[in-house]
Parts: sequence; structure tokens; C-alpha cells
Amino acid sequence: MSSIPAPLQPLQAIGRSFLNIVRTTGAVAVFAGRAVLAVALPPWFPGQFARQLIGVGYLSLPVVGLTAAFTGAALALNIYTGGGRFNAEQIMPQIVALGITRELGPVLAALMLAGRVSAAFAAEIGAMRATEQIDALHTLSTDPFRYLIAPRLAAAVLVLPLLTVVADIIGIAGGWVVATRTLDFNATVYIRNTWDFLQSWDVVSGLIKAAVFGAIIALMGCYHGFNSSGGARGVGRATTNAVVSAAILIFAGDYLLTTVFTHT
Amino acid sequence: MSEAPPKLEWRSVAKRFDGPPVLRSVNLSVAAGHSLVIMGGSGEGKSVMIKIAAGLMPLDSGQILIDGQDVAAMPARERRRLPARFGMLFQGGALFDSLSVWENVAFRLINADGVTRRQAKLRALEALDRVRISREVAEFYPSELSGGMQKRVGLARAMVANPEIIFFDEPTAGLDPVTGRAINALIREQVKSLGCTAVSITHDLNSARHIGDEIAMLSGGVIVWRGAAADIDHSGNAMVDQFVHGDP
Repeated sequence: MSSIPAPLQPLQAIGRSFLNIVRTTGAVAVFAGRAVLAVALPPWFPGQFARQLIGVGYLSLPVVGLTAAFTGAALALNIYTGGGRFNAEQIMPQIVALGITRELGPVLAALMLAGRVSAAFAAEIGAMRATEQIDALHTLSTDPFRYLIAPRLAAAVLVLPLLTVVADIIGIAGGWVVATRTLDFNATVYIRNTWDFLQSWDVVSGLIKAAVFGAIIALMGCYHGFNSSGGARGVGRATTNAVVSAAILIFAGDYLLTTVFTHT
Repeated sequence: MSEAPPKLEWRSVAKRFDGPPVLRSVNLSVAAGHSLVIMGGSGEGKSVMIKIAAGLMPLDSGQILIDGQDVAAMPARERRRLPARFGMLFQGGALFDSLSVWENVAFRLINADGVTRRQAKLRALEALDRVRISREVAEFYPSELSGGMQKRVGLARAMVANPEIIFFDEPTAGLDPVTGRAINALIREQVKSLGCTAVSITHDLNSARHIGDEIAMLSGGVIVWRGAAADIDHSGNAMVDQFVHGDP
């Protein structure tokens, strides 16, 4: 029975939610700190790292490539339409390149990985929690952070920028195909315009974003899996929470990083 | 000459989750080389007891002593090395799905003890021999094994590094009576041959009689009876009698 007067109960609920947010933020921060330490300090598990590189990177190539190709193509069409309203269709290659490298390449690659990898991390680690495999690691003198979390975090931070390079190239190529096949752009001029316009910072800023998104994806997947409880239902809940929180943090992080990059 | 301290001791151990305390004040000890079985109803906190002792769960108050030394007062380095002195057979086996049977058994040797994979595999195969798992099975994955075989592999994994203390969490749960008896016999045989200290929890009275030198009964968050395994049928304790006879 609550001792809070009825009119104040909504405030109590707001306060409880706020405290939960603060508690969770603190727990995630501690988890992230331990994960970073586990990446930085030995012992390392190269076999686990290699396994994650393949799972996170190589197996994500098709989905990232396809997403980038279609996005680049659609972006080209939209910019062509918008540019046509003030007779500026010719800037389409430059805008496509800028949009892909600075924004859509890293964000879309990250979102695809949030769906594919963050969910997989949460489900796998959550299932290990439910079946006491994480406790078993402790009893086998192995720190779960070093064995489970560190290889995933390192792999995601390393691989997402590489996937973003692939997404950048394929995305720009998608725009090029549409421009040259359906909008009568000259193929060579399109490529030259793109190349001359792009600055190295456009690409590098996208890659920095990608590395940060990689950390977000790995940490959200691992955090929710590691702290799951309640058997199969808990694993399902952890998976959903991992994807949703990763996606939200990717968008929030994207805005923050873009703000920082715009003012530097 | 002073008497040697118990190998493992719970001293006034208390633990609470949400709600009433699970363990109120547990006092229990097991001598080196002995096999102690903890019995009790569902939800009485038996698993919590061994998880606290194995360092998998923090306690709220009280002490865990190993060879008379309070674990909490140990230097950090010594505390970090404690898991190397333990082995544990989990209720569901807790084998790593992504590793083959021999890699599961050799896990500690490879990842914590720095043994080469080749040497570790040889030792894992020997451990599998001891629990009557044929060498062809060594390359299988846990999902390809029956529940009984998973328990045997878990037993081999718990014992391969010759631990000083082994914890068994419901070793016969989910097994048919024949397989359960075989696992009990294996546990008894292996614990005696290694000369280690064993702490088991089980609901299975036959299992407790078979693997335990002593039995302790946990109820209401405290140990209500403790005695030789042979005395369980005439304990003189109403709660134990109720448990033994299955009285509602």
C-alpha cells in the first residue's frame, strides 16, 4: 500500500522512472568501463576475437552492401528531384557522396548491425546466462568480460568502420548506376565530380562515427544479454532491449557527433 | 596437536534477495576429503549456498572460510586464484555450445592454466575416459549429446584440473534412474580417487545416500540437521523425517 497521497502518485512514478534511468545509466557506464579495461589488458582471446570478426564483419557484408546500394540509388533520385526545382540537378553526385560518407553510410551500416549483431550478442550471452555458462566461466578461472565481452567490443569497433567504407563505396556506386542509367549523367563526369568534391574529412568523420556506433552496438548487446534474467522470456526481452537501445543511442550519438564535427 | 580446520566452512552466512531472507544464518563445514550433501526443499537456498561458497554470488553477512582462511580477508591476488581450486558440475551441465566436447573439458587448461592445446587435449581425453565417454564423442558438440552424457562431460570438466573442492548442483536432476545411478557411482568413484572435498546439493535421497559421507538439511534459512549419511533414516529430526518420507 502506498503512503503517497493520490494526487502526488504521478510524481512518484516520474521520480521512480528517473531513478531507474540514472541507475541504468550508471550500470551501463560501469559495464562499459570494465569492457574497455578487458579490451586493453591481457589475457586476450584471439580465437574468440577472430570468431567475432567473421560474425560481425564478413557475415554482415551482404546486408550492409544491399542496404547501401538501394539507399544510394534512392538518394540520387530524391536529390535529382529536389535539385530540379531550382535547376541544380548537376550537384547530385556531390550531395550523394556527402550524404553517404558523412551520414548514411555509417548510420545505415550501424542500424543494420544493431539489428543483426546487437540482437545476436544479447541472445547468445543471455542464453549463456540462462544456462549457467557464464557462471561456468567463473569456475573455470576465466573472466567472462575478457572471454565474452572484450572480443565482441573490439571486433565491432574495428569492423564497423570497415563496413562503412564498403557502404560508402557501394552507396555512391548505387547513385552512379541510377544517374548514368536513368538520368543521363555522364559516367566519367559523375565520378570525377564526386572525387573532386569529397574531402578526406567527409570520409574520416563518417569512420569515426562508425567506430563509436560499433562500441554502442557491442555494449548494448552484451550489457542486455549479460544482465538478462528469467529464462527464455528474459533472453527475448534482452534481445529487444539491445536492438532498441542501440538504435536510439546510434541516432543520439549521430546527432552529437555531427554537432561536434560541424563546429570543428 | 591442534585439529586441522575444515576445508570449507559457512559461518553465519545470510543472503536475501527481494523479500524474506533465503539464508538467515547458515553454519556448516566440511572436512578435507569428505563428501557433504546438502538437502532441502525447493527454494530453500541450497543453490545459493554453493554459489556463495564458489564465489559466484556475494553474501550479505557472515563468512566463507577455506582452510580456515576468511575469503573476504584474503589478499586480492589470492582471492582471484580461488576458482582454480574449485570445480563445479552445474545442474544443466553448462557446457559451452560453441566448443566441442574435448574443448569443453580442456577449457580451463587452455585458457587459464596455459597448457598447450595438444597437451590439454590429451588430458581431456584421459578425463573423458575416466567418466566412460568414448573418444569418438570428444569431437561432438554438446547439443549432440544426451542429458546423461552432458553430465559426464561436465563431471570430466570439473575434475580435469584436480580441484581441491568440487561442487555438484543437482547432479542427477532430469536423468532417468539408471543414468542417475551411473552418475552417482562416477561421482563417488572420482571424488574418492582424486581425494578432493565434495559438496553436493540434491533433492534425490538415493543420490544423497550414495555420494555423501554426511548429509545436512537446510530449512528456513538455517541448517536444521546434520549427520552421517547412514543416519538419515533415523535422524530424530521431524523436518528430516518429513523430507525423507515425503510427508506433505
